[in-house]
Formats: sequence, C-alpha cells, structure tokens
Amino acid sequence: MSFVRDTGIVFRRQLRLSLREPAWVAIGLLQPVLYLVLFGPLLKPLAAQLGTTNAYTLFVPGLLVQLAIFGSLFVGFGLIGEVRDGVIEAERVTPASRTALLLGRVAKDVLTLAVQGAILILLGFAFGMTGSPIGILLGYLLALLLTGAVACAGYALALTVKTEDSLAAVANGVTLPILLLSGILLPMTLAPEWLQAVSNVIPIKHIVDGIRNLFAGTPWTAGTTWAVLWTAVLVIAGVWIGTRTFRRQNA
Amino acid sequence: MIHATGLQRTFVTKKGRERSVVTAVAGVDIDVAEGEIVGFLGPNGAGKTTTLRMLTTLLTPTAGTATVAGHDLLTDPVAVRRSIGYVSQSGSTGRQARGGEEIVSHGMLYGVSAQHATARGRELFDQLDLDGLWDRKTGDMSGGQRRRLDIAMGLVHDPRLVFLDEPTTGLDPQARANLWEHISDLREKRGSTVFLTTHYLDEADALCDRILVIDRGVIVASDTPDALKRSVSGDLVSLTVKGGADVATAATTLAAVSEGEVSTDGLQVSARVRDGGQEMPDLLRSLDIAGVDLDSIALSRPTLDDVFLAMTGRSLREDA
Repeated sequence: MSFVRDTGIVFRRQLRLSLREPAWVAIGLLQPVLYLVLFGPLLKPLAAQLGTTNAYTLFVPGLLVQLAIFGSLFVGFGLIGEVRDGVIEAERVTPASRTALLLGRVAKDVLTLAVQGAILILLGFAFGMTGSPIGILLGYLLALLLTGAVACAGYALALTVKTEDSLAAVANGVTLPILLLSGILLPMTLAPEWLQAVSNVIPIKHIVDGIRNLFAGTPWTAGTTWAVLWTAVLVIAGVWIGTRTFRRQNA
Repeated sequence: MIHATGLQRTFVTKKGRERSVVTAVAGVDIDVAEGEIVGFLGPNGAGKTTTLRMLTTLLTPTAGTATVAGHDLLTDPVAVRRSIGYVSQSGSTGRQARGGEEIVSHGMLYGVSAQHATARGRELFDQLDLDGLWDRKTGDMSGGQRRRLDIAMGLVHDPRLVFLDEPTTGLDPQARANLWEHISDLREKRGSTVFLTTHYLDEADALCDRILVIDRGVIVASDTPDALKRSVSGDLVSLTVKGGADVATAATTLAAVSEGEVSTDGLQVSARVRDGGQEMPDLLRSLDIAGVDLDSIALSRPTLDDVFLAMTGRSLREDA
C-alpha cells in the first residue's frame, strides 16, 4: 500500500502549496462563475435553435469539459518550476513509486476540477438548469476522469519540452482545435457536414456529447457508451505516458 | 560501499540530420570503502555529475555494472535509493514551500511516519544550524541556509552513503567554510561514507581522504591529496638573490638538488625539489658556502591544480 501512501504524500504537498497561493484559489473559483454569468445569457435566446429547451443543460456540460481540458493541460507550468528547483530529482531519488509522484500531482488537479465543477453545476441549477441527477453525477465523474487523463498528458508534455515557452506554444496549439472542433461551446450539430466529419475524429467531441446526454437524462445511447470508452482510453493512455515520462526523464 | 566497473554513459545528440554519439563517461571503475570521504575532481563537463547520476539511479548506464551500498544498481535500484542520500546541484525544495514541511514530506517518501520524519527533521535542523527556519519559505532563505537544508533533506532517512554534487558552488567563503565543517561531521559524527564532486581544489584538499581525478570521462588518477601532490615532482623552491651576479651560482646550486628544470626570472631562481622542506637546510648551507647573498627564499607545496596540469596538460581553472 506504499503506492497509495506515496501518492497521498505528494498530493498533500501539492495541495498545501496551491492553497497558499491566493490568486490560484480566487481564479479557480471565479472561472466557472464568469463563464456562466457572462456567456450563459448569450445562449439562452438560442436554445430553440440549438435543439434544446434549456440552454444551461447544454452549456454546463460543455463548460465542465472545457475546464477539465484547459485547466489541466497547463498544469505542466508548475512542474517545470519544480524541475528547475530540483524538487523532482529529489523525489526521484527516494524509493517512492514514479507513478505515485505523477498521480499525487494529478490527484490535486482532479480535486481542483471537482470543486470547480461542483460550483459550476450548483450555479447552473441556480440559473435554471434542469436534468437527471444521476446523469449529472455520472457526467461529473467522467469529467473528473478526463481531467486526470489530460493532467497526466500535461505533465508528460512539460517534462518533454522542458521550458515554459515551448509548453505554452504546444498547449495552445493543441487546445485551440479541440475547443473549436469538439462542440464545447456550441454543439457540432450546428456545423456543416464537412466540419462534423472532422470533429468526429476528436475523442473529446464524443465525450462532450456523452456528458450532455447524461446531463439531459436522455436514454443511454451508443453515444454515451462511446463517451465512457473514450474517457477510459484517454485515462489509460495518459497514466501510461505520464508514468513512462516520469520514469525515463533525465531532466 | 561503492564498487563500479566499466560504468559508461553515452548520449545521442542530433544536429540537423546528423546524429552523433557523445561519450560523457567512458567506462570508469570506482571503489569506495565504508567510512571514506572521496572527492571526484574535474573541470565542468568532465563527467562528474553524469557519473553521480548513474550511481544514484537517476540515469541508466549505457554499459558497466555497480554495487552501491550493497545493492546492485541495475537490478535493485529501489534498495539503492533507500540506502543513499543525494544532494544535487540544483537544490531539492520548492521556493514557496516551508523548510520544515519539505523535510517532513521528503522523509515520509522513505516510508517513515509523519511523527518520526518531524522528529528527525527537527534534529537535523538543529545539527545543521537551521534552528528557527522550520517555518520559513525556502525562497526567503540565504544560499548557505538553502544548501544546508538540501543536505538535511538528503540525510532525513539516515543513509549510510551520501552523495554531494558540487556542495559549495555559489556560496560565499564563510558559508563554504561552514559547510565544510558539516560535511566532515557526516563522517565524524554519523559514520557516513561521503562521495562528493567538486571543481574546487581547496575543497577536495580540505575534505577528502582520497581524490579521483576525472577528465573527459576518464579517471586519470586516484590517490590521497598528499600523494597526488607528491606525484608532481616536488615542491616549488624560489630563491631571490640580492645581486644579478649571484643568479648563475644560485641556479647551479639549486639544480644540484632538483630533478626538474631551473627557471630564472630576473633576480628570482626557482625549481621543483622533492621533499623541499627536508632539502631546505642543506640547500641553504650550500648557498652560503657558494657565497650567494640571498634576499628571500620561499617554499610552496604543489596544489591540486599542478596535479591536474601535470596529468592532463591542461589547467583546471581554464574550464572552471
């Protein structure tokens, strides 16, 4: 059980350091609120055109996935600082499992999203979102798993590119097409056929669709299964790549 | 404590399409006995840190085998990690983190309880003159304090073998002298074996029982600091005579006791003399008999820089 214990030690250290940054806490809590308050009203009159009766039931799941991806792909910035300070090397010379060094950090990122996501969903209800409670819970869990997968990838990326400048370039380069092509802000059903075809190859698009279905409480479809499968695949791939990078890295 | 054979590490670098293999460490043999303080001396880029990273399981050797603290480096790296402490060049703590928290977290990663790690951490803070800094952010500590904290981090699990990578680089002279004391204490008070790298000659000289000289990935010498210095053909004796007329006589007299060349610079005549201190009374008598009117005489022991120069044909300082 030393693996779980090591993960816990790394997790608590990361959480302690993050909580001590007031800006990190404030922005983290404010982000979901701003999206909902400043962008939500724009969608409200469009609800009928979007094929739904409640804009928030459509919008909140998208935001959840956006927070999951965008927050987590940039976690590598902190890691690069830690490499520079020698923290990673000091941890790697202890007998702790390399996977624990990674997952302890990822656990903090998942907890961050858990709090942000909970605020988002509760606020969504306050704004008039309706939906299936069980579906919302399942969708929330999928978003947490997705966060874990993306955070793993973010750390692996940071250890590979090694500098903040290249990390920013690569992460932005990756997130922009994902944001545009996975129907996070507006569902891809609005898109012309060619654009839909392109978006179909993006796993995140299927996850967003699946989480929307779950939130709306529509019956379980093949699409929902795909969302679960894609999330599982991304989690496995993320942990595998992340651990491999942590093990191999000679930074 | 350390037994390494043919340890080698190459890196592949890409320059455009051209791939070239760079040999950082070209097969070194290292033997360190329990309780020794051994210094790894060489210019920057000689392969010191690469060797250290291999011995501490951070880098997989391209070839060679090693037993570190009784465990095989390649087949049982976790057991090696458990028995060694490593103080790296780049530090070990987060700037925003507090000293005490860092050492407790670090200790716990070795499997001890929070309570035990705290007790051990407090003890080390006390021993390393860090009292009062438990709750200070490491980013607010001085360079010397942070370095001592790094050492405390490396000692939290009571390792029998401690690796220090350039422990005093970037410290002011006082902090260096202070740190040297703490490094000697590692053995005197705790019985640890210490393996350190340095490119400072005085550091290797002051701390180490034995010095391994590494240059371009190859160990070129291994001996005590004194023996290494003796291997440079003797001490430097410099005579300054009062009048130009005496220069030639002084040179001849000096040449009689020296195995090397005698060099003359104005009124100064110098040469290397084996066991210069013992030769000195005889030399003075001979000079007196020859009627040389001396202004001054100086004897200087060879430095490790002279050793390095003699072994590699290059000065250590050029690279450092």
